[in-house]
Amino acid sequence: MLIRLFSLIFLILSFAAPSFAQSDPKPLINHLAKADFAEAEALLGQIAATGDTRVVPALQAFSDGDLYFRKSDNLVFIGKAAGAGFDLIDPVTGASAGQAAKNAVTKIKINNNLRRVIRSAMGGLTLMSPDRGVRLSAADAVLRSPSAENLDLVEAALAKETDREVKARMEEARAVSVLSSDRSVDEKRGAIQTIKALGGRNALGILGSVSGSIDASLKPDLDAAISAIQSEQQLWDMGQNVWYGLSLGSVLLLAAIGLAITFGVMGIINMAHGEMVMLGAYSTFVVQQLIRDHAPGLFDWSLAIALPVAFLVTGAVGFVIERGIIRFLYGRPLETLLATWGVSLILQQTIRSIFGPTNQEVGNPSWMSGSFPIGGMTITWNRMWIIVFSLTIFFALLFVMKRTAYGLNMRAVTQNRRMASSMGIKTPWVDALTFALGSGIAGIAGAALSQIDNVSPNLGQSYIIDSFMVVVFGGVGNLWGTLIAALSLGVLNKFLEPVTGAVLGKILVLVLIILFIQKRPRGLFALKGRAVEA
Amino acid sequence: MNFKKKLGGAMLAAVMSTTAFHGAFAADDTIKIGVLHSLSGTMAISETTLKDVMLMLVEQQNKKGGVLGKKLEAVVVDPASDWPLFAEKARQLISKDKVAAVFGCWTSSSRKSVLPVFEELNSILFYPVQYEGEESSRNIFYTGAAPNQQAIPAVDYLAKEEGVKRWVLEGTDYVYPQTTNKILKAYLMSKGVAEADIMINYTPFGFSDWQTEVSKIKAFGSAGKKTAVVSTINGDANVPFYKELGNQGIKAEDIPVVAFSVGEEELAGLDTKPLVGHLAAWNYFQSVDADVNAEFIKEWHAFTKNDKRVTNDPMEAAYIGFNAWVKAVEAAGTTDTDKVLDSIIGVSVPNLSGGTSTVMPNHHITKPVLIGEIQADGQFDIVQETAPVVGDEWSDYLPDSKNLISDWRKPMACGNFNVASGKCGGKGS
Repeated sequence: MLIRLFSLIFLILSFAAPSFAQSDPKPLINHLAKADFAEAEALLGQIAATGDTRVVPALQAFSDGDLYFRKSDNLVFIGKAAGAGFDLIDPVTGASAGQAAKNAVTKIKINNNLRRVIRSAMGGLTLMSPDRGVRLSAADAVLRSPSAENLDLVEAALAKETDREVKARMEEARAVSVLSSDRSVDEKRGAIQTIKALGGRNALGILGSVSGSIDASLKPDLDAAISAIQSEQQLWDMGQNVWYGLSLGSVLLLAAIGLAITFGVMGIINMAHGEMVMLGAYSTFVVQQLIRDHAPGLFDWSLAIALPVAFLVTGAVGFVIERGIIRFLYGRPLETLLATWGVSLILQQTIRSIFGPTNQEVGNPSWMSGSFPIGGMTITWNRMWIIVFSLTIFFALLFVMKRTAYGLNMRAVTQNRRMASSMGIKTPWVDALTFALGSGIAGIAGAALSQIDNVSPNLGQSYIIDSFMVVVFGGVGNLWGTLIAALSLGVLNKFLEPVTGAVLGKILVLVLIILFIQKRPRGLFALKGRAVEA
Repeated sequence: MNFKKKLGGAMLAAVMSTTAFHGAFAADDTIKIGVLHSLSGTMAISETTLKDVMLMLVEQQNKKGGVLGKKLEAVVVDPASDWPLFAEKARQLISKDKVAAVFGCWTSSSRKSVLPVFEELNSILFYPVQYEGEESSRNIFYTGAAPNQQAIPAVDYLAKEEGVKRWVLEGTDYVYPQTTNKILKAYLMSKGVAEADIMINYTPFGFSDWQTEVSKIKAFGSAGKKTAVVSTINGDANVPFYKELGNQGIKAEDIPVVAFSVGEEELAGLDTKPLVGHLAAWNYFQSVDADVNAEFIKEWHAFTKNDKRVTNDPMEAAYIGFNAWVKAVEAAGTTDTDKVLDSIIGVSVPNLSGGTSTVMPNHHITKPVLIGEIQADGQFDIVQETAPVVGDEWSDYLPDSKNLISDWRKPMACGNFNVASGKCGGKGS
């Protein structure tokens, strides 16, 4: 106890001295060298209180983990990795301070709590920045980490602000700060209205965080605001759920669409379908790796380049499988099943031997990262592009099947092989190409799925059951059925998930499908006529 | 029927094709040890690395002159991620290959599958992975973390350093997350957290569509109290989970996620820049600043001929288990199971975080708990390190096991001694 008291006094003394030199934050920053997390938090408060905007680069560097201290003299610098060592930069003036070897400096530790403190402090310090974008993100930062200390800064900035959008954001930031300050009840009431108008989960969080400490007379206003936001949010959640469902549906569609050809159109129980998806994903990985090594500038295009590669690679593998194995097994579904299953194991183990069993990193191009809001919904870019992409593939495939000579041949062969053959169509050739097409499309799907899932040798296994489920449910041999089945299963799954949980939701979907198949064994859209018997 | 038979036959063929490659024929002047890790199937992703570590450790020991003047020889088998096959392979290792000890298993299911085999044939298994506790066997040494060596210190860190008041316990639906979450819930409630502030969620194995779950976490986190996620999500499901977190813009500063199954190896398949600040709790990180660790990493890179291969916590657990066994065998002067079981208790060996780990009478070991934050380069920055903690096999926070202790020293020699009734045997297994 005594020691603790003593060290507390020591701490206060050691902080008190530099805090007189209000205009110079440098000694404060240097103190970070030996501070533990709690001390660093106190120091950051004092650094922010200097109001000196020159510290912003140092704070940013601290938050990014780029702040170091030199072991020889405990002075703090911003470090930029340069060769085997670091370029040191003065934390306040930004002047170069020479170089240091890697083991001559130590990184100053940072944790989430300190990052939060820095975010709030930087928000307060950059509110007056001449750059509009910086001011906007400063107002955002204040908005996200409410603290009474920032209130004066926000109000000062607000008085000077001329840009409308920034001003509106600052009003909201002010309201947030007012709530956690000791301002008058009336002012707080106004603030609650402002935040209510802001809406969304953030506003809920802000209002919720003060509900315990707020003046009793404001409680009804607060509760009304919270329930108003909640009921609005509920509507948006509904929309969000539909979106999630469509997104899951598009993934199912992607996974199933190749199978819709090999199984749906050709009638081959193709257990190696998942491995085609996996090969597509690995093709994407290899293409990305080559681009990273040889042409890093093209990285954002890597997916576009990988798509044809994935198509060709998996198409070629599919072609070889059809010519080498499957063509001897037409009309013998059980043997086909076993043979393709064997092929799937061989492909998996081959990939495992070449690339190793661990996951490979496939990066997201910048246009597929992050999200954007629509009202109270959050739409992630990668999911949106995958929906667009899967629909594009679907319609392209539909076009090939219905509008090209090749598609006509293919349909002719599957509907009546002998008749087609007597008309002069080379049926073995059409079979091989159709299987290659189905495989190639599975490969393209793999390229897209590499953006949201693991790229590992097991990738295919996780999709094979879902793929069969979609094709069978939609009606074997019917492309439109596959589309409808994928999307409706996706939406159904996502509406069940919040209610029943993910595990039970998945089971329920399977049970429903089993019941449905009992009633309509040929799926949603059954083909009629001779094709069925063939 | 016919179809089923054929399918079964094909499965058997596939299993046989991926099974077992044996080491060279044994000579009399070697001591054989078994390595029982899946090299194919879903768990190969994690277990192959441990097989490599064991081979490296054996090679190093042989360079130092082997054990008891004899060379060590590793017998590697492949149980192919198939739990019943684990038991079969274990039986083969012990009865046919006559190994002195076995190092292996990853999932709890595989350990439960081999446990009766080791007890029946009286051999020794070193199990190197963190697990849910609630088990103690005379023939198994648990060198991975028990819940009190990983989960509870992590929760303490979040409550103290980040002021977390609201908890999401998110896990994959199987025994380890279920038991760990049960313990954590009881622990949190004993610390005064209201039941309404704890949300428990399970997802299936290999779950990849995290949109709904992540938005659920977001909604739960917008109640105005600081919220954190405790993740016992297993294996492959982690990558899409973290990708979704990053894309939906959940930053570590807002809702930190602390994971018990995510290490350097799992992060290798991920762009970690959006994840900086999320946490993991282990007993070892590759970034540990210790000479013995630097040496280990160097040897690992040389052995695998790949200086990008990362090291991780189960590797350290395998390292400790192996060295403890070597030391116990040298102390006993024989590889006889009963003698080694007696001599190994109390054996201290260096761990890779710069301290030592001791084998305790409950067949668990002491080790420090490290909390690390994910960095942009896929490594962890250690933000907290505790003093060594003794693994607690029977959790103090579960009503069924709080009165049980395990002590395999004679004369007690009991894995589930009930301190309330004073008798050996009680609830639990």
